[in-house]
Amino acid sequence: MIKFNNISKSYGDIAAVGNISFGVEKNELFGLIGPDGAGKTSLLRMLVTLLLPDSGTMEIAGLDVVRDYRKIRLMVGYMPGRFSLYQDLTVEENLQFFASVFGTTVQENYHLIEDIYKQIEPFKNRRAGKLSGGMKQKLALSCALIHKPEVLVLDEPTTGVDAVSRREFWDMLDKLKNEGITILVSTPYMDEASRCDRVALLQNGEILSIDKPQKIVEKEGQRLWKVKAANIYNLLTDLEKWEQTKSVYPFGQFLHLTIKGESFDRGVVHDFLIGKGHESITIEPDFSGIEDVFMDLMTRQKV
Amino acid sequence: MEQKDKAIEVKGLVKKFGNFVANDNLTFDVYKGEIFGFLGANGAGKTTAMRILCGLSMPTSGKLRVNGFDVYRQNEKIKASIGYMSQKFSLYEDLTVAENIRFYGGIYGLKRADRIKKQELLLENLEMPEIKDKLVGSLPLGWKQKLAFLVAIIHDPKIVFLDEPTGGVDPITRRQFWNLIYEASSRGITVFVTTHYMDEAEYCDRVTIMVDGRIEALDSPAGLMKTYNAENMNEVFLQLARKAKNSE
Repeated sequence: MIKFNNISKSYGDIAAVGNISFGVEKNELFGLIGPDGAGKTSLLRMLVTLLLPDSGTMEIAGLDVVRDYRKIRLMVGYMPGRFSLYQDLTVEENLQFFASVFGTTVQENYHLIEDIYKQIEPFKNRRAGKLSGGMKQKLALSCALIHKPEVLVLDEPTTGVDAVSRREFWDMLDKLKNEGITILVSTPYMDEASRCDRVALLQNGEILSIDKPQKIVEKEGQRLWKVKAANIYNLLTDLEKWEQTKSVYPFGQFLHLTIKGESFDRGVVHDFLIGKGHESITIEPDFSGIEDVFMDLMTRQKV
Repeated sequence: MEQKDKAIEVKGLVKKFGNFVANDNLTFDVYKGEIFGFLGANGAGKTTAMRILCGLSMPTSGKLRVNGFDVYRQNEKIKASIGYMSQKFSLYEDLTVAENIRFYGGIYGLKRADRIKKQELLLENLEMPEIKDKLVGSLPLGWKQKLAFLVAIIHDPKIVFLDEPTGGVDPITRRQFWNLIYEASSRGITVFVTTHYMDEAEYCDRVTIMVDGRIEALDSPAGLMKTYNAENMNEVFLQLARKAKNSE
């Protein structure tokens, strides 16, 4: 459905996107996972015809994005990273405006946005600029869907949003997938990768890995130890200095520790920590998650 | 606890905007040197409360002391004794690193000799002395945020307020940032931080969760996980924030 072929883009000296190629299947929920500066926004802006690539081509449903940009604009629903609706129009006015620009009416495709719009309908006469962050997000999504696009492109829709609202947003995306829409969404939140059919891990304008999230973890992940002790800061500094440590990172109340070499021996870790005087030690075996894998790939990328 | 051990004291804080009650009778204390996590859903009232604590906005009613200063009568003294950093604004992009340090050093009243010494220490700390003359705008986000934090505490404030400081930052830099927070806290600086990353909530000494303008929970992460029978702070948060009526 969507194809990126050797896409590159620089801003002056800064290479934002370097020779990126990948595809998104019809009706897939595809995630671009990566931190700020990875190249996500550049890729998405190029796809929705707002930015020209330096080199390479893109296609949506067989149409060339640069040459057939008018047709592309009718097929795509876009929700940019920052709220960009008309602040001084009301909720209802914004929705009607977008419907009319695409030559349709709110009624025609209302069923598509009904679940989302119902939540902001009580505020339909409020000016968009006066909405809270979460409501703005819902309005922007409604406006992006009002013309029943085949492809929905969302640039960091959950940034700055609390954990509950993020979860609800992804539930909404699942429902939209059931309507046959192809969805391409970018996010810096690693845990959201698991909600996608496939993901591309992006860093410094390059793809680190691209596959189903579970497959990436199977392929790139490794066994690790979840470690906890009474003084977690001392635990971290001791393990950082240990010559057996391959990597150690905090993950909430636990540290994720990987050891050099092939052996996976709890006793070795335990003896080391006892020797350093740690108390209330917990050492549990576990396996990498997407965030562990991302950090490992990031470190390897720098080399 | 004696008064001098408390960095922040809040009793019955109320803030109304017309009929809307943004902060509904908040009462809590923050102890010196603590890493205090201030969580809540969007619309819960966190930013409102934080602005009041920074001396940027006046409460409707209630008693507040920040660093021992009264919020109503000693507002300017509060501002001089704190540091602040947020995701949206940290440093001036079109000034160099050194120029930013000079500017903020000046605002916080550092003498030239102190400022130069602090600048050296700061750059050593980051292990990046060569970025001194680079424009902040040319630095990757993660470096900007780390730098902004160190600049926010350049005058050794008693409290530093951090408003979602790690939003959008890569996972490695996020953790390096928290290392800086731990170091500051071990030097006795009280850190008041809001975040949407629930794993970061677990790095805090104590955490409060606001829902609909009220404090629904206040305890250590371990305490909260036990009370709510949760495996991590994400589960605690989901249980509490789901009850909200204001959240959208």
